[in-house]
Amino acid sequence: MKLHEYQAKDIFGKSGIPIPNGQLVTAVDQATKATQIINGPPWVVKAQVHAGGRGKGGGVKVVHYPYEVVTATESLLGKHLVTPQTGPEGVPVNQVLIEEGIEINREYYLSMIVDRSTACPTMIFSQAGGMEIEEVAARSSELILKEYIDPAVGWMMHNARNLLYSQEPPPPVGALRALMSVMANVYKIFMTLDCTLVEINPLVLTKDRKVFALDAKVNIDDNALFRQKELLLLDDPREKDPLELMAEKYHLNYIRLDGNIGAMVNGAGLAMATMDVIKIAGAEPANFLDVGGGATEDMITKGVEIILKDRRVKAILVNIFGGILRCDVLARGVVAAAKKTRIRVPLIVRLEGTNVKEGREILRNSELKFLVARDLSEAADLVSKQVSS
Amino acid sequence: MSILVDESTRVVVQGITGREGAFHTKQMLEYGTVVAAGVTPGKGGREVEGVPVFNTVNQAVEEEGVNVSCIFVPPPFAADAIIDSASAGLDVIVCITEGIPVLDMVKVASFLKNEKSVLIGPNCPGIISPGKTKVGIMPGPIHKPGPMAVISRSGTLTYEVVDQLTGNGLGQSTCIGIGGDPLIGTTFIDHLKRFKEDPQTEGVVLIGEIGGTAEEEAADYIREEFNKPVIAFIAGQTAPPGRRMGHAGAIISGGQGKAEDKINALQAAGITVALNLGNLGETVQKVMEKS
Repeated sequence: MKLHEYQAKDIFGKSGIPIPNGQLVTAVDQATKATQIINGPPWVVKAQVHAGGRGKGGGVKVVHYPYEVVTATESLLGKHLVTPQTGPEGVPVNQVLIEEGIEINREYYLSMIVDRSTACPTMIFSQAGGMEIEEVAARSSELILKEYIDPAVGWMMHNARNLLYSQEPPPPVGALRALMSVMANVYKIFMTLDCTLVEINPLVLTKDRKVFALDAKVNIDDNALFRQKELLLLDDPREKDPLELMAEKYHLNYIRLDGNIGAMVNGAGLAMATMDVIKIAGAEPANFLDVGGGATEDMITKGVEIILKDRRVKAILVNIFGGILRCDVLARGVVAAAKKTRIRVPLIVRLEGTNVKEGREILRNSELKFLVARDLSEAADLVSKQVSS
Repeated sequence: MSILVDESTRVVVQGITGREGAFHTKQMLEYGTVVAAGVTPGKGGREVEGVPVFNTVNQAVEEEGVNVSCIFVPPPFAADAIIDSASAGLDVIVCITEGIPVLDMVKVASFLKNEKSVLIGPNCPGIISPGKTKVGIMPGPIHKPGPMAVISRSGTLTYEVVDQLTGNGLGQSTCIGIGGDPLIGTTFIDHLKRFKEDPQTEGVVLIGEIGGTAEEEAADYIREEFNKPVIAFIAGQTAPPGRRMGHAGAIISGGQGKAEDKINALQAAGITVALNLGNLGETVQKVMEKS
């Protein structure tokens, strides 16, 4: 689960990480009042969306007059923001954060993740802040420093010293204490809130050696939400695709894509591989859908309905390798879906594994029109025929 | 031969009284696996499918001499179950559970550094040495004993691959699902080292997917030290960046974890990469005939 910048900054502020003064605005007429409360000029007007690349998409505006704060807010609120990380249709901007402008002397990058190969919480620090860290990593990876934290010991002051004293030149003495405190707090937030990412880019130093987190990104581990119930209140599903939201409700793992061949598969790996098969057959997948091992007849029915709600879908490929999910359960679900909604596109079915005979028989005895693929390469052939016809 | 599990394996099922645990205990018994004990705290003294249930793994070790555990415990309690088994000194711990918090796995990984137990998973189908034993949830009948090892980050995709291998006359020595989570107990390399020493194994099929750099690391190891043919497949060539494709570990982020990079790294190490899952079985057959 992703938090918005203003939510992440709220957590920062409460934990003792300095943030600029700011005001969240959900309607244009609140913008003028915000300029009266918040120090300026300059002011920074920032669209609150989960998607990255906001700056490049025009979602962050620095302005110098109160009337500009209003026009900037107006140009963002209620509009769709397109960034390099959203689709061409963009994401809706429902909230805008208005902040005091901070005079920047130095920009750092600071983040915390769990490193996959060492299984350790890892802090990443760089003096090349303010730009995309992927670009820094590609161009000058020596500027990116990592500190692996032993989970049995936890955060120690030397971890911060290792990162700070490796900088060339090292941060000014007056700022060291503040930077060390930010690092310790980032670690604490990361561990107590079950984060998968805490990122501050940029973490800035002002001329008078004050430290501020100008941006804030916090992602929470979905698997840990059962013990982070108060964070659930921060969930904002408004940017999600409506079909993905519907799928979530039925515990289906669905991601909408741009193609025209719908796919229903059990298992994430097989679902990805089936998307690839569709692509190799000369078509494009319309979705990723893993119905999972514990899918019920009803979940299968809902899955077919969701795929069909996407009007671009020209054919559906059902690829099931029965394991925990039995083929007869799948077949009954598909037949039930056909009774509820008219399946207006060709249906290609490939069944294998547990109870495959029963499953095939249920499909055969139904009124349903479908094409049978005996194996995956035959399924691919059928897909490519659908695309070319 | 085979690796990690065979006829002598004595399994304890943790979470045996739950729906999944009970169902797969039955399936394992039908396959011929020796399920010697079950553990569900507070339900010791019962029986499931004729298997005695204990309150702790220690009791299962003392009473039934179990050496491998298979975990079906719900995510909030799974890390505890893994550490319980490791403390009891089991040789192999197979964790089927999907959805364990990452920071719980950080603790588990830190603890296991000083233990002898080999953890397979979490979020995996388990391990099978065909004809000998299966510890996990994979459908038994698609497997057949033979020379091919399979190591995979996926579940049903592995069944698809095994089915094609068997269909092409290639049986398997041991098939391992290492799990789809970002933090897993053992990696491709850990098991490649074991398969290198296993006389039954003549070749390896490695099934990777987007996310992380495990495949790239495996490619380096294979180029430098592995002496048997390897055929690889990478799922997720069409996956968009930034989206978690079902498995928590399957996400392209920060420019890392792309299928293309993995395929390039594997090919550069001289490994045959099957690009089309539809004909993977035939590709493996061709490579094995040449060797």
